[in-house]
Amino acid sequence: MGARRYLTAKVVQALFTLAFVLVFNFFLFRILPGNPAQILARQRRLPVEAVRELERDFGLKDPLPQQFVNYAGDTLRANFGISFKFRRPVGEVIQGRIWPTVLLVGVATIGSTVIGLLIGIYGAWRRGSGFDMGSLGFSLVTYAMPEFWLGMILLILFASTSGLELFPLGNIRTPGGPASGIAHLLDVGRHLFLPALTLILALLGEYALIMRSSLLDVMGDDYIVTARAKGLREAQVLRRHAVPNALLPTVTLVALNLGFVVSGAITVETVFSWPGLGLLTVEALQAPDYPLLQGLFLLFSVAVIVANLIADLIYGYLDPRVRVA
Amino acid sequence: MSATGEGRGDGGPVLEVRDLHVSFSGRQGLGAGLLGRSATTARAVDGVDLEVARGEIVALAGESGCGKTTLARAIMGLVKPASGEIRYAGRPLRHRDLREFRRKVQMVFQDPTGALNPRQTIYESVAEGLRIHKVSGEEDVLVSKALADAGLRPPERFFLLYPHEVSGGQRQRVVIAGALALEPEMIVADEPVSNLDASVRGEILALLLKLRDRFGLSLLIVTHDLGLAWTVADRVAVMYLGRIVEVGPAEDVLTRPLHPYTKALLQVLPEAGGDLSGRSILLGEPPDPTRIPPGCRFHPRCPEVQSGRAAELGMEERNRTEVPLLREIRPAHFVACHLA
Repeated sequence: MGARRYLTAKVVQALFTLAFVLVFNFFLFRILPGNPAQILARQRRLPVEAVRELERDFGLKDPLPQQFVNYAGDTLRANFGISFKFRRPVGEVIQGRIWPTVLLVGVATIGSTVIGLLIGIYGAWRRGSGFDMGSLGFSLVTYAMPEFWLGMILLILFASTSGLELFPLGNIRTPGGPASGIAHLLDVGRHLFLPALTLILALLGEYALIMRSSLLDVMGDDYIVTARAKGLREAQVLRRHAVPNALLPTVTLVALNLGFVVSGAITVETVFSWPGLGLLTVEALQAPDYPLLQGLFLLFSVAVIVANLIADLIYGYLDPRVRVA
Repeated sequence: MSATGEGRGDGGPVLEVRDLHVSFSGRQGLGAGLLGRSATTARAVDGVDLEVARGEIVALAGESGCGKTTLARAIMGLVKPASGEIRYAGRPLRHRDLREFRRKVQMVFQDPTGALNPRQTIYESVAEGLRIHKVSGEEDVLVSKALADAGLRPPERFFLLYPHEVSGGQRQRVVIAGALALEPEMIVADEPVSNLDASVRGEILALLLKLRDRFGLSLLIVTHDLGLAWTVADRVAVMYLGRIVEVGPAEDVLTRPLHPYTKALLQVLPEAGGDLSGRSILLGEPPDPTRIPPGCRFHPRCPEVQSGRAAELGMEERNRTEVPLLREIRPAHFVACHLA
């Protein structure tokens, strides 16, 4: 069957990419300047013998191929090493910080996709209307805005003492606040609002623009005219024929964008002190904490690869033509 | 000025178009709007009268941009006419009758690839009209019959295929099946074969002729190809810049054309062993529906004007000022030319 072949091809492709990332990740951190043991030692002022011992412990004196075998084996066993900064296994550190990012990126992606697509669909449907012109301008402006800048403006407007003080300045919850129950959820929601809004605003313009142009493209197609000529009502023409076909390029974009959303989260999390992977990356870079960075890079790469795979699979489901190709 | 044809039609006309006008105002882009440019108006269809009788095949011919596709779309209710009337089965077409009309009159497009939703199976595409109009009966039986009537046999083999999995000719048959499923009285076909391979063209045309003979279908075929009109049509209407300039029985119009424009079109038709020297090729500006010349709209390009024959007959002034109307010169053969 064409469908199964398509599926297998895409999964194999994803696995190859993953293997490449694994290799790249190893060499990237070997090329970076500085010796991890010395960096570690300088922070704690160790004697030279202790540094030599650290180098031995880290396996930095082993030949490169040996180091690679160790690295690959450890990575496959989900052993990413010990974080310099936190003195705990990298896996554990990442696990402790992954959920705030998943929450933020998840809410932002869903929010921006839904709102962006609706704006795009309505704009294309009522092309040239006041709504269309307004949303077009709005999309272009938000699309062009850097998200950290937008975040800071929102902070000043809605959180600072010189602003409205409607929302907290940062973090995911009020220190010493409720730790469970509805009060806890509300507290997290209040903290989530501004960073999520920042990311949503930064993303939805692009989705709205792509959806609008994609839909306008499709609406000129003859099968749309045919459906109309057969007596299908306009709203149904849109729902049954135009939107599903116009979604194709948009789906790919949303999935491909997941990678950028994560990198966007780095700046947004920093602005809002959101204790997720983005902020953790910044902390790891400042240290510098190589094992942690390596783990984070791997995770981000895997996220992008998985997002791509999902995009391919959805695309294959949405467009029967792709399955054969 | 009525253009009634005898053709092979029996009974009264199925479709009548009376003094139809369709115009488009140029969409003002953001830039043009800011620069204060005013929108231009294109009179794509500029006063057309046309009739199609029951069981008759009428070819609507003309160059690209002459308004023939717009006329077809206006007939289908896809473009709103500025003025004029479309009568169906003797009654003016009103908005509330549009739904019924859209069952009785079906449209077939030039590019079958574009006319089928790529995400729908052939079954879904053919069944769509049945579902829109809530046609009673077993859906799969009706779809089977329509596919078989369109020459796709055995029909079941095509049910679950997607448009990209069949050939271009088969795709056009699927489009025709989608039209036939609703048991229409008339099909409006916009360049139905010009996107198909030459070998498939004949098959599709033969299919259309067969459908007329079997079901008494009326056909309005929009085409730029007079050869095609010659092959299938009972009557031919030649359109120039939004108006019909000549209409009559196909053989009469194509062998003894009266309008200089029709003559020019026929002269550029390639013939076996023919030679192109000494033929009149149309000169002058290409037609622009935003700037229609006054008087006879063809006069700036008319070979008769250029050769001076119009001046000999003392018609130059009239050509520039008076719009020629369709006149019956030979039985059922009408032409809109001061010189005819």
